[in-house]
Amino acid sequence: MKARVLGAVAAALLLAGCGGTSEPGSPPSSGPSGSITVFAASSLTAAFGRIGPDFQKTFPGTMIHFAFAGSSTLVAQIQQGAIGDVLASADQPNMQKLVNAGLTSGSPSIFARNKLQIVVPAGNPKHVTGLADLGRAGLVVVLCASAVPCGHYATEALQKAGVTVKPASEETDVKAVLAKVALGEADAGIVYVTDVKAAGAQVQGVDIPASLNVVADYPIVVLKDSQNIALAKVFIGYLHAKGQETLARYGFLPA
Amino acid sequence: MASSQRNPRGFPAPPLFIGLAGLGAAFFLLPLAGLLVRTPWGSAWQLLTSPEALTALRLSLLASLSATAIALIVGVPLAWIFARIAFPGRAVLRALTVLPMVLPPVVGGVALLAAFGRRGLVGTWLEQAFGIHIPFTTAGAILAESFVAMPFLVITVEAGLRGMDLRFEDAARTLGARRWTVLWRVTLPLVRPSLVAGAVLCWARALGEFGATITFAGNFPGRTQTMPLAVYLALETNPDAAIVLSLVLLAVSLAVLIGLRDRWLGAS
Repeated sequence: MKARVLGAVAAALLLAGCGGTSEPGSPPSSGPSGSITVFAASSLTAAFGRIGPDFQKTFPGTMIHFAFAGSSTLVAQIQQGAIGDVLASADQPNMQKLVNAGLTSGSPSIFARNKLQIVVPAGNPKHVTGLADLGRAGLVVVLCASAVPCGHYATEALQKAGVTVKPASEETDVKAVLAKVALGEADAGIVYVTDVKAAGAQVQGVDIPASLNVVADYPIVVLKDSQNIALAKVFIGYLHAKGQETLARYGFLPA
Repeated sequence: MASSQRNPRGFPAPPLFIGLAGLGAAFFLLPLAGLLVRTPWGSAWQLLTSPEALTALRLSLLASLSATAIALIVGVPLAWIFARIAFPGRAVLRALTVLPMVLPPVVGGVALLAAFGRRGLVGTWLEQAFGIHIPFTTAGAILAESFVAMPFLVITVEAGLRGMDLRFEDAARTLGARRWTVLWRVTLPLVRPSLVAGAVLCWARALGEFGATITFAGNFPGRTQTMPLAVYLALETNPDAAIVLSLVLLAVSLAVLIGLRDRWLGAS
C-alpha cells in the first residue's frame, strides 16, 4: 500500500516535470484563455514587467509568464528544446537562427525599436562625453558579448565612430553590463536607452549622436511548439496596439 | 542460499525500492550518455585545438592551479588552527570559512564584489593606495576560484590533522626540533594523503567554478573566460565546441574520481 503511494508520488513528480505551459483541459471559449511563456530579451524586462499585468487585466483568465535573458541565450535554449510560446528578440540575426531552424510559426514582426546609449555611474565621475572617450586608456569599459544583440550593436556603433575599445569584460546580457556600471566596477558601458531609463538613480546616460547610433529592431514571433497559439497571437497583437503606449513610456521607439 | 534479491548484510529490499535505485542511477548516467552521444567526434580534436578553446584551457589551468596554491598557503594553516587550537568562536569561524561549499556561487561573487570590488570594503583602499583593481582581471578569476574551492582543502586537511597521532610531534619536540622543522618534517608528511586529496578536490572545484567567476571577474577571453564560462558562451554560438569542452571537464572530473578512489570508492 505504502509502496503504491510512493510510486504514485514518483510518477506524479515525473509528470509534473514534463508539464507544458498551457492547460490542455481548459474549455474552449471565445476570448483567449490559459497561459503562455514569453522568452524575451533582457532589455525588455521592465517594459514587459508592466505590459504583462496590463494584458492579464484586459484579458481575465490569462497568464503570461516571462523568461528574460540575452537573446542569444534564449535562442540557444529554444534550440535545445525549451518549451515556450513566444520569442521577443532584441535583434534580427538571433531571430533568423530560429526561423532557419524551422522552430517558428509564421514570420516575425517588428514590434519595437531601440537605440544605444553610453551608461556611466551617477555623476559621470570619469567625464565620459561620447564614444571616442571609451577608447581612453585606463577607462574600464564593459560591453555585451558579440553573440548578444547589444554586443554586436555596440561593435557597429564603435566602428562607425572609428573607436577601438578594449573591454574589461564581455557580459552575457545587457542587464549584466548595466549592473557592472551601477556597482561602480566599470566606468562605462554601452546599453540601450531603455536600460538607462529603467535603471534609476545609480546610473546616467550619455547620448550617442544619431549619425553614430544603431537602431535595434525587436522582432517577435510565435514558436512552432506553442501549446497555445491563440493566446500567443493575441499577446503579439496587443503589443502592436495597446502595448505600444507602454513601450514608448519605457523609452522604446515605435516599430 | 541467498536469493539474488537478498542484500548480503540485511533484509531483502522490496522490488519497487530497487526500481527507484535504478531510476536514481539512470538519472546520473543519462546526461553523461547524452554528452557522449552528442559529441561531434569527427571534429572534436579540431574544436579542442581551436584558438578559443586553447585560450580557455590555458587560462583555466593557470587560474585553478593558482587557486590551489593559494589554498595550500593559507588553507593549511587555517586547517591546523581549526584542528589544534581551541579558541572562543572557533566553531563559528570554521562554519563561516566552509560556507562557500553550500553558498550559491553567484552569491559568493556578489560578496566578493562587496569586499574587493572598486567600492568594496578592501577594494576601495586597494584602488586608492595601490591602484589595484581586481574585478575583470585574471587575479579576480583566481580569487573567485579560491573563495569557492578552498573550503574543500581546509576540511580535508583538518580531518587529517585531527586523526593524526600527536606523539610523533611530541617526540620531535623533545628531541629538540624547532617548530618549523616539526611542521615540515613531521606534521605535514604525516597528513600527506589528506593534503593531496584536499588539493585535488580543491583544484577540481576551482576548475569547475562558474558563478562566482562570471559575477566577480566578468567574462573576457584569455583574461577571465575560464572553461566553464567558455562552455556557457559557446553553447549560444557553437554548441559543438561547448560539448567538446564539456567532455574535457568531464574527463578531468573522472580522473579526479579515479585518482581519489581509495578515499571514496575503494572502501570495500
